[in-house]
Amino acid sequence: MAEALKNTTSAIEAKNPVLLEVKDLKKHFPIRKGFLVTKTVGHVKAVDGVNFFIREEETLGLVGESGCGKTTTGRLILRAYEPTAGEVWFNDRKMGLVNVPELEKHELKLLRQNMQMIFQDPYSSLNPRMTLLQIVGEPLLVNGVAKGGELQDRVAELLRVVGLRPEYMTRYPHAFSGGQRQRIGVARALALNPQLVVCDEPVSALDVSIQAQTLNLLQDLQEQFGLTYLFISHDLSVVEHISDRIAVMYVGKLVEAATTFALFQRPLHPYTEALLSAVPKPDPRLRTEPIILQGDVADPANPPSGCYFHPRCQYAIDRCAIEEPVLRELEPEHYVSCHRAEELRLVGVLGKVVT
Amino acid sequence: MNHKKEVLVEVKDLQTHFFLDEGTVRAVDGADFVIHRGETVGVVGESGCGKSVTARSILNIVPKPGKTVGGEILYHRKQVGIEQTLDLIQLPSQSDEMRGIRGAEISMIFQEPMTSLSPVHTIGNQIGEAIRLHQGVDKEAARELAIEMLDLVGMPLPDRTIDQYSHQLSGGMRQRAMIAMALSCHPSLLIADEPTTALDVTTEAQILRLMQQLQDDLGMAIMFITHNLGVIAQMTEHVVVMYMGKVVEEADVDTIFYAPQHPYTQALLQSIPRLGHKTARRGAERRRLASIRGMVPDPYALPKGCPFHPRCSQKIAGQCDQIEPQMVEVAPGHKVRCLACTGV
Repeated sequence: MAEALKNTTSAIEAKNPVLLEVKDLKKHFPIRKGFLVTKTVGHVKAVDGVNFFIREEETLGLVGESGCGKTTTGRLILRAYEPTAGEVWFNDRKMGLVNVPELEKHELKLLRQNMQMIFQDPYSSLNPRMTLLQIVGEPLLVNGVAKGGELQDRVAELLRVVGLRPEYMTRYPHAFSGGQRQRIGVARALALNPQLVVCDEPVSALDVSIQAQTLNLLQDLQEQFGLTYLFISHDLSVVEHISDRIAVMYVGKLVEAATTFALFQRPLHPYTEALLSAVPKPDPRLRTEPIILQGDVADPANPPSGCYFHPRCQYAIDRCAIEEPVLRELEPEHYVSCHRAEELRLVGVLGKVVT
Repeated sequence: MNHKKEVLVEVKDLQTHFFLDEGTVRAVDGADFVIHRGETVGVVGESGCGKSVTARSILNIVPKPGKTVGGEILYHRKQVGIEQTLDLIQLPSQSDEMRGIRGAEISMIFQEPMTSLSPVHTIGNQIGEAIRLHQGVDKEAARELAIEMLDLVGMPLPDRTIDQYSHQLSGGMRQRAMIAMALSCHPSLLIADEPTTALDVTTEAQILRLMQQLQDDLGMAIMFITHNLGVIAQMTEHVVVMYMGKVVEEADVDTIFYAPQHPYTQALLQSIPRLGHKTARRGAERRRLASIRGMVPDPYALPKGCPFHPRCSQKIAGQCDQIEPQMVEVAPGHKVRCLACTGV
């Protein structure tokens, strides 16, 4: 086992320096009631103490079910939302190591040249009244990188990089299919040659064959430009395919993080185990009995006591309802927040317990 | 499992076209397949391939400007005291006979439970309506039956949920309510159009398990429409693959996954990332997915010959781009529409 682990981490064994580190990040959205006189009656703890890091040129997959706070986390890193608490350390190419929540407005503008985002829905994330030249060229123009003929050349180059014809530059988004629109979104994100790209469900809205094309494109671009991805998705097969390491979220908290191999082969958190078993496997000879979780995902405005997962967990003991588990490093680079992580023998994606 | 070989619905050369200002879209253009009693048939394909329109054609609810212009949908009806074969296309959409079948003998569940449930009626009201209309019972009895159905689909506290509105329920609960409504009159065919696509994986697992259990208990046939090959592999017995309005391959589920013939089916299977494959290879190297080049052609301007030929890796120049292939049975129960696999 130790041997196997060593093999798989070899890609990261080179240990690139850490590009981004998130420490105890929180975002609580207030619930307001009343008209004219409004008062806050509670908080939705969308993100509630998340810790992880991403190394340069690696892909970290962030998975979880809808409402678990994965998209909010992505937006907090870019400071599209103001965090309630916590630190986001980013090793900026120009400014050096900075804490994103403390940056001034003009510094944020600099930061966002090096941090970009690709959105889920290629239909609503492109302005229908702008041509491709305007859409892809906007970041270049706004940041004073290029204009006029130079701008056109750069946009043409970017379109070529993502596999679109430069002649399409004068067309509007409606003339393109879903997969092509997602390429436009990728070209826009790459315009300023960023260090980190936050990909928020970039292939969820695409058809199977187009999904494969887009995933291949993202991988090629990563190699070509040395990009670092935070890849947010609910699709475990896609995340397994593209990620070097994976972090699993449940109701605003990180429950497990490890290399893709370690997490899939030997999960340490019961929620990860249930997620892996719930995915319908595309193999009719492998009809498995998934672990059926009882009930629904907890309400982040009114979470259960102790471990948020305990009402649905088949391994829960009394302690789980009382004491909240903390994220700890159980094995090198394998983090888990479960009281029983040491004693449980959970089944990974290969359908057996690995010790 | 003798009853399985009894034919329930036969779709023969179905043609459903949409007449738009921009031109005619042949959404379904020659679909042939058979659904047996108690069998689960999967219909798989990418968006726009005509899988949902096929389902709506069976129920005779194709929205305007769409119209079924050709083919037959033979429904072998076998109710108490009646045994007949009806061509559903020939029945007017609003006729009493069609209304008696739709929602009672053939019912449907939709992808998005939020938009397909009424926001201004309680769950009980909506389930009760179907029961009252089709079973001719009074309000009280319908309410009792509705509670029974909700209990059957595993709704917690059914006698309270029945008075709630759809927005008060979670996505999984809404889908359960939809299933309760669809099954309330014990249909012989349930059409499920992407029933779990909008749900999270753990909820999806709950709903899929529920549908399997209900099928075992009630013995209905299910037509399962999805683009998710995982759901197809886990849930169905027989698979129909569609591309650009045509059935391109049809076989039992094992053959589709282990011995597919049509280049489109093969490419589709290769282009999905498979859970566990990277881990089984110890997660070492990075791999590219085999993708299908190009994209689905414009429905207004279908390519000549086989509609898949511009994207096909096995096309025969001079044939595939000229001759429209026909469905050929290559083995018992395995049909393929491809010149490269079956010869001209």
